[in-house]
Amino acid sequence: MAAPLVEYLLRLGDNCLILSQRLSEWCGHGPVLEEDIALTNIALDLLGHARFWLSYAGEVEGAGRDEDKLAFLRDAGEFRNVLLVEQPNGDYAMTTARQFYFDTWHFHLLSALQQSTDSRIAAIAQKALKEVTYHLERSTDWIMRLGDGTEESHRRMQHAVDDLWMYTGELFEMDDIDAEMLRRGVGADLEALRPKWTEHLQKTFAKATLEVPPGKWMQRGGKRGVHTEKLGYLLAEMQFLQRAYPGAQW
Amino acid sequence: MYAQMVDAGPERVRPAGEMSPEEQHFQERIDAGIKIEPKDFMPEAYRKTLIRQISQHAHSEIVGQLPEGNWITRAPTLKRKAILLAKVQDEAGHGLYLYSAVETLGVTREQTIEDLLSGKAKYSSIFNYPTLTWADIGAIGWLVDGSAIINQIPICRCSYGPYARAMVRICKEETFHTRQGFDIMLALCRGTPEQKAMAQDALNRWWWPSLMMHGPADSDSKHSAQSMRWKVKLFSNDELRQKFVDQTVPQAEYLGLKIPDPELKWNPERGHYDFGRIDWDEFYNVIQGNGPCNRERLRARIEAHEQGAWVREAAAAYARKHAQKKAAA
Repeated sequence: MAAPLVEYLLRLGDNCLILSQRLSEWCGHGPVLEEDIALTNIALDLLGHARFWLSYAGEVEGAGRDEDKLAFLRDAGEFRNVLLVEQPNGDYAMTTARQFYFDTWHFHLLSALQQSTDSRIAAIAQKALKEVTYHLERSTDWIMRLGDGTEESHRRMQHAVDDLWMYTGELFEMDDIDAEMLRRGVGADLEALRPKWTEHLQKTFAKATLEVPPGKWMQRGGKRGVHTEKLGYLLAEMQFLQRAYPGAQW
Repeated sequence: MYAQMVDAGPERVRPAGEMSPEEQHFQERIDAGIKIEPKDFMPEAYRKTLIRQISQHAHSEIVGQLPEGNWITRAPTLKRKAILLAKVQDEAGHGLYLYSAVETLGVTREQTIEDLLSGKAKYSSIFNYPTLTWADIGAIGWLVDGSAIINQIPICRCSYGPYARAMVRICKEETFHTRQGFDIMLALCRGTPEQKAMAQDALNRWWWPSLMMHGPADSDSKHSAQSMRWKVKLFSNDELRQKFVDQTVPQAEYLGLKIPDPELKWNPERGHYDFGRIDWDEFYNVIQGNGPCNRERLRARIEAHEQGAWVREAAAAYARKHAQKKAAA
């Protein structure tokens, strides 16, 4: 396994990259023009964050891998994103639920990382947080609109939050890498994010007339490269040109 | 151009003697270069022509998201992906301003979109061609956005204020898109032989449809005269097409690509390039719905609209509930 810092940066970068890739699939197909633009905008923000994290990961690794080599030439088992972000878009409720779970976590994570002893991490977190603050505001609004909109939207929204619930546990899981990064003051205490995440979720769901899913059993594995079946297809599409024309400059 | 074959109603220019005093005054303002604003008097035919023209343009931006969006998930580098995402987002933004410009003429966005989905309104023929390789994304930026700019820069000076102002902003963004497209082509042409072949293949497929974008030949363009009198069209289709050819040929030479027209030749007497005959049969067929992607483009728009209906209804229901709560409080 790579150095803990590299692993840590890959996790940060891969979460943003994979979610951006999913969101960009909506481009041209959104439910209303403003939402088409908003989703593309968030995809762009996350892609920007991914590029910062992956470039830094490549530099720390020192093996000559830049953002593109990391994005396009690793296979699924080498990706370190959480399982939540690779889940397919589904309907707009599913996309909204995925985004809300992620944004709430991402917001608190970046807030904590602003205090990182690694000045580059702190700077990226600070910059990204400005955008993620808006992401969270937006996805919170949509949870309320869809949860407390029509009978159909409520049913779809409840189904979506239930369906993705089992992918939320991994967000707060502290493994050896996370523990090491926390010990060095570089990373965040993920367990400490859970109460803040839960509080925002409970408040929002109450306003949205949604039930917080009761499930306790959580899926895990993404952070160490064991993914769902969905990631392979996403990568096959994303990596096609780099794989088909090895070494070409674009 | 993004609006082709706009039916401008009257096929001949109305002479001053046939105009009412109000119409004469309207024409005098146009002749004096004064912008017409939404609340000003305008002849019904002028209003209808503008609605058709601007809505066609808006629909072209929205449908145009599809062929380019087709490569966002497969862009070859993260930087290219970011540029393409931003570009397609710009197109959606252009659609938004243009639908708003149509609203100033008294037609709601919902109605305008309904006309697209029902097949009543058209969009540019160019977006009914497929994007088969990454080089097509370069070719669209270079040739399609290049054509669009040539057509749209004059519209920044058109007589209708909201359209002219929207176009100023759109043209600035389109200029970037053209450069980005050319930059993709340049990278391919400086790349491997396979990449260069990809670039040539894209030029071969997009060249003629790009010439068709400028609309029918002047001899067949029966509505142009009135549109020009009203200053909603400032140059003829053939003039704009010639300008596009003259501008693009040296760029292709710089890239080391060959334009797929054996008759293309510099004419020193005219001071322009001569070029071969456009296949108007193909043009009219694509306009009438028989292009390679007409059906799937429209289907994609209809599906997005239908599948998004419950989302729009939920947002409206939520807004109503909360307005009532506020009012009650």
